[in-house]
Amino acid sequence: MKKKTTGFRRKEMLWSLLFVTPPVLGFLIFGLTPLLTSFGLSFMSWDMMTPAKFVGGDNFAKMFEDEKFYKSLFNTFYLLLGIPLGMIVALILAIMMNRPLKGVSIFRTIYYIPVISPIIAVSLLWQWMLNFDYGLINEFIWRVFGVQGPNWLGDPNWVKPSFLLMGLWGGVGGTMVLYLAGLQGISSTYYEAAEVDGASRWHQFKHITLPLLSPIHFFVVVMGVIGTFQSFSQMYILASDGGPEYSGATIVYYIFQEAFKYFNMGYASAVAWVLGIIIFIITLIQFRFSKRWVYQD
Amino acid sequence: MAKERRLINLIIYVLLLAGSVIMLGPLVWTISTSLKSQLHVFDVPPQWIPDPVTWANYKDVWSKAPLLHGFMNSAIVVVTVLSVGLFIAAMAAYAFSKFDFPFKEAIFMALLGTMMIPYSVVMIPQYIGFSELGWVDTLLPLIVPGLFGNIVTIFFFRQFMQGSIPNDLIDAAKIDGCGYFRTFTTVALPIAKPAIAAQAALGFMGIWNDFMGPLIYLHTPERQTIQVLIASMQSNYISTSNYPSLMAASIVALLPVIIVFFMAQRYFIESMAISGIKG
Repeated sequence: MKKKTTGFRRKEMLWSLLFVTPPVLGFLIFGLTPLLTSFGLSFMSWDMMTPAKFVGGDNFAKMFEDEKFYKSLFNTFYLLLGIPLGMIVALILAIMMNRPLKGVSIFRTIYYIPVISPIIAVSLLWQWMLNFDYGLINEFIWRVFGVQGPNWLGDPNWVKPSFLLMGLWGGVGGTMVLYLAGLQGISSTYYEAAEVDGASRWHQFKHITLPLLSPIHFFVVVMGVIGTFQSFSQMYILASDGGPEYSGATIVYYIFQEAFKYFNMGYASAVAWVLGIIIFIITLIQFRFSKRWVYQD
Repeated sequence: MAKERRLINLIIYVLLLAGSVIMLGPLVWTISTSLKSQLHVFDVPPQWIPDPVTWANYKDVWSKAPLLHGFMNSAIVVVTVLSVGLFIAAMAAYAFSKFDFPFKEAIFMALLGTMMIPYSVVMIPQYIGFSELGWVDTLLPLIVPGLFGNIVTIFFFRQFMQGSIPNDLIDAAKIDGCGYFRTFTTVALPIAKPAIAAQAALGFMGIWNDFMGPLIYLHTPERQTIQVLIASMQSNYISTSNYPSLMAASIVALLPVIIVFFMAQRYFIESMAISGIKG
């Protein structure tokens, strides 16, 4: 009898292993192998035509001498500003919507539409919105303030703010939905107790709402950093060839150009590794620090 | 008190309404521009309601770029990746959530680790590999990796199955002589339906809107996905300042997603919220 059970268990185990085989294969073929290959490539020079050459650390040395690399790195870090910006606006919206108001679900849908819209369509739309002479934004600035608006996509100082503006419009709805779910999960007893103790609205917000939403702050920041470090499509549309003075190129855009425009496969792999390590370190730091401020129940 | 509350509600309504105008304004403006003739697009002050209304821009982009091919190609990628990929992911999640097997935790952690690898690190070796296979300029590099099940989806399904498939039900099926695979298809899958629908909605959006992968691999216009075609509109099909046609193209890219969104809205917003909190 006992032997039969183990036979049955064994069969079940084999089936389970069979069921998880495809993702494991996928991981090996499309994850691990390319990862290791990329590491190897980063020490080589290869244009996919002539044979690959081992060049040691040359790619990394070249990187730190290339102005475009620094610029794209700086631009990418600059765009991180969009994360706190988006969080503040999203939280305000979520708090306003977390009331028994009629028609709130319609508002929620409206704010969410840009989130699901294809980034290409959104970028083209903003290209027109931000047009220097005829764009709606500058038209609005002229009407309200009576001054000529900036040359958003043509002036190196305004390209990144353009991305932030567009990112805010396109992303705030997603963060808002997360905050809304978080707010709905906060038990009203906390607020009732605070009310009894005579805490003001501001104190309730500061000492109850904000800390209890910390898992969501954390999630939004971590995903936001990863997302920002991978941003590419909007730059491809709005800042062709990196934009004026390369002010609109992100690190992924730089990698893309090196790999698929100039076919510097080795060099591009080296830059990609640097990017990967930056993302890894930042994420690691965030998880380390999260223990200090993220509230877990 | 009640009066104060009503006043606050009113203020919030006004603020949310103003926000909605900001959110919808650009979209309305895009539609409006797409229905104008080139002659009226630079009118000062800008006209929100086009007069006369013209559909010529839509005809223009449709005849100049192979948009029908673009739709077909995008649809092929979405349908194959979702139908196979979701099934495979559900299988893996079922095993992870309900059974014990050797190295279970290690395998799961390794898979989760892939989430940490940025696409730009693996895209170059992947490109080299696919070009060795002669798959460049075909849809295969976009389809095949998706067939092995996405780890985020597996994670989501696992969370769902752990909570909503009772072990007793699986045991009952076993006692009735139902095999492992059949228990999965007849017991687990039907229960997991809401989770699958949520991931299908999100997956559709992700794959349909994907740009970088298709851009790298697809070069012949007839083989490109809709996003790549729309993105190359300015450089290949219409002049740079032809905003009416450009906006028509952008609406064409937007419409299918918006339609799917309204059909499956519940799943979108719920799954965003669920995965957000649990992630």
